[in-house]
Amino acid sequence: MHALQVNNLTKTYANGVEALKGVSLEVEEGDFFALLGPNGAGKSTLIGIMSSLVNASSGDVRVFGTSVQQQRSKAMSYIGLVPQELNFNQFERPLEIIVNQAGYYGINRKIAHERAEKYLRQLQLWDKHDKMSRFLSGGMKRRLMIARAMVNEPRLLILDEPTAGVDIEIRRSMWEFIREINESGTTVILTTHYLEEAEELCRNIAIIDHGKIVQNTDMKSLLGTLDIETFVLDLKEPLSEVPQVEGMEFKLRDSSTLEASLPKRKSLNSLFSSLDSAGVRVQSMRNKANRLEELFLRMVDKGTTT
Amino acid sequence: MNARVNWVGYKTIVHKEVTRILRIWAQTVVPPAITMTLYFIIFGNLIGRRIGDMGGFDYMQFIVPGLIMMSVITSSYGNMVSSFFGAKFGRHIEELLISPLPNWVILAGYVTGAMARGIMVGLLVMVISLFFTRVEVQHPLVMVSVLLLTSVVFAMAGMVNAIFATKFDDIAIVPTFILTPLTYLGGVFYSISLLPEFWQKVSIFNPILYMVNGFRYGILGVSDVGIVYAYIIMGVFAISLASLCLWLLHRGTGLRS
Repeated sequence: MHALQVNNLTKTYANGVEALKGVSLEVEEGDFFALLGPNGAGKSTLIGIMSSLVNASSGDVRVFGTSVQQQRSKAMSYIGLVPQELNFNQFERPLEIIVNQAGYYGINRKIAHERAEKYLRQLQLWDKHDKMSRFLSGGMKRRLMIARAMVNEPRLLILDEPTAGVDIEIRRSMWEFIREINESGTTVILTTHYLEEAEELCRNIAIIDHGKIVQNTDMKSLLGTLDIETFVLDLKEPLSEVPQVEGMEFKLRDSSTLEASLPKRKSLNSLFSSLDSAGVRVQSMRNKANRLEELFLRMVDKGTTT
Repeated sequence: MNARVNWVGYKTIVHKEVTRILRIWAQTVVPPAITMTLYFIIFGNLIGRRIGDMGGFDYMQFIVPGLIMMSVITSSYGNMVSSFFGAKFGRHIEELLISPLPNWVILAGYVTGAMARGIMVGLLVMVISLFFTRVEVQHPLVMVSVLLLTSVVFAMAGMVNAIFATKFDDIAIVPTFILTPLTYLGGVFYSISLLPEFWQKVSIFNPILYMVNGFRYGILGVSDVGIVYAYIIMGVFAISLASLCLWLLHRGTGLRS
């Protein structure tokens, strides 16, 4: 069954901005789905329409077969949303915020308290449950929104940049939590600017740019299309001339840092032996960007230039 | 299933609103009580003694229903407009907008919250009035029904204001330039029979006149307007504003892009 079906969705705002230009998309039940795109590509508008915060100009969105436009209440009962911007009352306490949110889904206060405690504990926020939420740190506020989105135990969890501005340790613990939620059967749609996050977590991916889907496939196939990888090499001794090797491209960043681009079919051994015979000594090496990031930039660049 | 969700959702909104009113009691309940106490002392006691009778009652007794009604109107309106606009401004209204709750439950919850504050303040002002004069309720059912209807009408008017407001200035304009003049000219401090004929005719277009006089009829048994007209006016306003609020919520005006 499809957790989400988006059919030919368009959105033109009152100021004339065409945010979505006929977007169609399907997300299978149980999937961990990445929705990526540069700023202003239409991701948040699309999520806004899914969660009924934005009215579509035309087209249809169905959540587990239920139309958001025709049967809003039923469709919304399936969804949990973690928005990009903080949208809870900063003068309320985390426990109060989550219990009230549960009430809006018809969950009585006793069960709501139990669930609030469960999710606040899982997200390491229980010791702050009675603290005024405006005093929480940025990372805690983001986790609070995840706990709030989970209180109705949604079948579809939508996360719009949930880890923005969160330090790496907290980010990784949030990944773990979301992965567990997905493994327990909840469909997850994630937008993020941290592409390693999408690569790490998601099985399927759509890239949106200028209001259109420019790529919609599974992560493995997408990464499989990456034909050239670029590495950054820190050199032992400074270099004045760029080495010339057939089938590989080199660029000097500075005298001790060399960028090497080589086709995926070539092994790293061939790179090192070529450099060795050119008299270049390598101290250390790293990927210039993560694989998905390279593909993403290429696709978005293509969208911009066409 | 839906009825249970709606009922729990409604109770949650009311609980949240009442908690908010009580949490910030120094802003919500105390100021009208202090203002009304001053009115009782200055207008009722000091100036009222020189005015003498009005409508067959001493002036202090005459202004009690109007002052209670004035505090109910401003509190119901003020609660709705500040709470709903605050939720919109802070974006936590989205918690409700993405929930399965239908618009009528959201409206009912917020209106009940605003009524709770209106009634709380109204009761407090009534208790304060007992320190200054004797109040004998002549028609309790009329008193209660007018109080509830007025509170509902101004709660919904507050929601319309909050929906269209885009900044905090916008929620101060209506109370300052429309609500306060209409209330003061709505027969709170005088009987319209004291006005020249022209201004009497102008006054009958002021809906607050019917609410104040309806409430005065409930407490004192006298009114400048027919009580049936008062109910008709309040009923028409209640139905029209409820329809307008539901239509605006359905369209998502000011709430959904």
